[in-house]
Amino acid sequence: MAFESAVPIITPQDFNLDTQVKWCPGCGGHAVLSSIKKALPETGVPKEKIVFVSGIGCSSRFPYYINAYGFHGLHGRAPAIASGIKVANPELSVWLITGDGDSMAIGGNHFIHILRRNIDVNIILFNNKIYGLTKGQYSPTTPMGSITKTSPEGTIESPFLPGELAMGAQGTFYARVVDTDPKMMREVFVQAARHKGTSLVEVFQNCVIFNNKVHEDITGKDVREDNQIYVQHGKPMIFGKDRNKGLIQSGSKFVVVKVGENGVKKDDILVHDAHNTDDTSHYMLSRMTLPDYPMAMGIIREWKTGVYENLLYKQIKESKKKTKIRTVNDLLHSGNTFRIE
Amino acid sequence: MKKDKKVIELDEVVVKFAGDSGDGMQLTGSQFSDTSAFIGNDLSTFPDFPSEIRAPQGTIAGVSGFQVHIGHKEIQTPGDQADVLVAMNPAALKANLRWLKKGATIILDIDNFDNKHYKKAGYIEDPLHDDSLEGYNVLKAPITNLTRSTVKDFEIDTRTADKMRNQFVAGILYWLFNRDLKIGETFLKEKFRKKPELKNANIAVLHSGYNYAETLEAMTATFLVNPAEKQKGLFRNITGNTATSWGLLAAAEKSGRKLFLGSYPITPASEILQELAKMKHLDAITFQAEDEIAGICSAIGASFAGRLGVTSTSGPGLALKGEGIGLAVITELPVVIIDVQRGGPSTGLPTKTEQTDLLQALYGRNGESPCAVLAASTPASCFDFAYMAAKIAIEHMTPVILLTDGYLANGSELWPIPNTEDLPEIVPPLVKDNDIYYLPYDRDPEKLARRWAVPGQEGLRHRIGGLEKADVTGEVSHDPMNHEIMVLTRAEKIERIANKIPEQEVIGSKRGELLVIGWGGTYGALYTAVTELQKEGKSISLAQFNYINPLPRNTKEILKGYKKRIVCELNLGQFSTYLRSKHPQFDYLQYNKVQGLPFMVSELKMKFNEILEEI
Repeated sequence: MAFESAVPIITPQDFNLDTQVKWCPGCGGHAVLSSIKKALPETGVPKEKIVFVSGIGCSSRFPYYINAYGFHGLHGRAPAIASGIKVANPELSVWLITGDGDSMAIGGNHFIHILRRNIDVNIILFNNKIYGLTKGQYSPTTPMGSITKTSPEGTIESPFLPGELAMGAQGTFYARVVDTDPKMMREVFVQAARHKGTSLVEVFQNCVIFNNKVHEDITGKDVREDNQIYVQHGKPMIFGKDRNKGLIQSGSKFVVVKVGENGVKKDDILVHDAHNTDDTSHYMLSRMTLPDYPMAMGIIREWKTGVYENLLYKQIKESKKKTKIRTVNDLLHSGNTFRIE
Repeated sequence: MKKDKKVIELDEVVVKFAGDSGDGMQLTGSQFSDTSAFIGNDLSTFPDFPSEIRAPQGTIAGVSGFQVHIGHKEIQTPGDQADVLVAMNPAALKANLRWLKKGATIILDIDNFDNKHYKKAGYIEDPLHDDSLEGYNVLKAPITNLTRSTVKDFEIDTRTADKMRNQFVAGILYWLFNRDLKIGETFLKEKFRKKPELKNANIAVLHSGYNYAETLEAMTATFLVNPAEKQKGLFRNITGNTATSWGLLAAAEKSGRKLFLGSYPITPASEILQELAKMKHLDAITFQAEDEIAGICSAIGASFAGRLGVTSTSGPGLALKGEGIGLAVITELPVVIIDVQRGGPSTGLPTKTEQTDLLQALYGRNGESPCAVLAASTPASCFDFAYMAAKIAIEHMTPVILLTDGYLANGSELWPIPNTEDLPEIVPPLVKDNDIYYLPYDRDPEKLARRWAVPGQEGLRHRIGGLEKADVTGEVSHDPMNHEIMVLTRAEKIERIANKIPEQEVIGSKRGELLVIGWGGTYGALYTAVTELQKEGKSISLAQFNYINPLPRNTKEILKGYKKRIVCELNLGQFSTYLRSKHPQFDYLQYNKVQGLPFMVSELKMKFNEILEEI
């Protein structure tokens, strides 16, 4: 080696396993796996301190495909398992892999509560808008009217927007990426890992078998530049093939404008503020849909606020200062005791 | 002037305090218990309260009670029937009259015995003027009025004054039982440490009650319960839920695995979560989960990360945790599940006791999903069995269910304080960093426990989860033969726990006419009934089981030694069903009760006598 370092240099290959990845060929999961392996060395966390936790579903097989500590849990319950791991040992970097069925349906309750508590776990939500592992039933994010195996005449349920749900639950970090953009994924995953508190990254992921091209109008090569806006904190919200479209505020709404048209100047374009505690703009970004708006990608919200386990360990430290009870024996002899002669 | 009154020495006394939920009966009960413990009586207590927080005042539904049994002799139950009843209103009298001994002393607050209160309590006739109290020694004390006049010089409103009536009652009892008022004062000084005005007023009322009783012509005798002859040493009065919490703390300290409790509030288990929430200074973490499922799943996560993962609940919660327990079974992680049983099914009787979760604990999961099941038998023994549950979980790498019940959880007894140095060692099967031979499902050849490698350790990265694992390597495996091997191994691992637990003890002769079989929280009543009959010369013994799965090694040997066996339990026969499946060569009689109430010694003795006569 050319140089010595206290912290061994980690490469994406350090996370490779010999086991076969059993996702379908063409599944969006492969790209996510590869991007996470690339992001991990950039987080600076030693590889022994990385834990992947998952629920049940195609995406939740993830821990078996990466050389880290892994826990393949129960359907929907990964947030509770991950919470236990992180709270038990805050030094660990905990990643939670889930899908739209796992986190929005059976695990909806755990999902909102981990966000509310703001435990420092990085959630990667594979949203393919379908149940894949059970072979093609509609999920809570399937668009209204979709024909699936369990909705032969079309679904009659409004879908969840995971971003809205996360914000309603006081989530402190919400980002959105597409599985066709490895660079965007890597950048956002690294930021998610660095965020103190629960990070939610929603991946628009393609299910090649049961819901192929469900995100095509966002990810398609011809349309992606015009149908996605990659927002970055402190930068103007500009998009489009010619980088001349942007968002401005008009009344209580965002409006898409073109620089140079109707007197719009570049400086008129809104600058994205992911840290804004007035979260109206974050809601608006997460709700923007085609055809009136591009879909917002990137880190939509990033709030810095109290982290559950930090507050907890602070209480532990404080309570040790306030008591003379150091051992269980001390406890057993505290308070009312009676000596019988 | 003091009158000379007769002092009657008693071996044991049962006092029942009853009033509205807000009358402070639990407090007075605890105060009286602590005072008794202080002078060296043995004791057992049992609070009995409605599931509503403040049920309508003056009604039967709103009656809250606290029963305490103190003795010069050894005390094992809160007592079948009371010698002294304190009834703060007619409803309290009506609800408790049938639990009184003939000739018992009744102390009632005469100020609440009027037509308005009779109506609320559902009395048609005035019970003080018909013959319903004939044969009882009734003290009609104007408790409300005298309490109010005692505190009139303090700046206290009537509502607050009325909350001190319980101290007037306490004063009467201190006199009646020849107790030192100073002990009662100390209790109040501690209780109202931060509220001097209330402290002084309460002490004044306590004295007032004492003085009132002293001047009464009606009270012809006082009682004396001498110190118990039990072992010497340092004792404390402890409830089952506190003992459970402390047993877990002791196990965490001994094993070097810090405690993590993931739990959701549920009656009658919530006190465990509350108690451990106060124990951060002992490195205990409590995580109040969003539901029962998250409770166990967070505990499993914490256990994976190297802590002692625990979850506490009651029957309906255990049902919700079933899937999680299965996950702990297949991932072979140490998790302790405390089930404080209550009346069921469904929401059932939340504040009442029952033993109806046994089969759920043993079998209530999908797949072949064995786990160890233990049951505590007295409030204080909750400490020992919580400790043993954690020891088994850690050393055998398995979930362990500990069954207690509402009766143990809320009841208390005098407990000789142990020294944690005397508790058995707990040795977690940890792995050294960079152990190149580590494989997640490689096992200790004796116990069949896998080893516990913890995230953060160098050179031990591995993956576990709910999918079936290949023997030794722990890779995901759908191989049919491997699955059967793993199913058999997991079952055998639990069976081998029998090699590490104590043999079953028998109270009485190992051979004889009748073996009484019980398990868990019925110990006090069964012990008292059996030993009383033994003193009468009857051939009867008791085997009270604490280790349910696996059963102790000598179970068959014990069952063999008697002409008849009777299994007594607070359900329709769950343990007898289990024993029949494990030891089908024997016949089992049953005695079952499902009323949300503990056994009474008298009903047990009657039943046992019946059987003994038939033999």
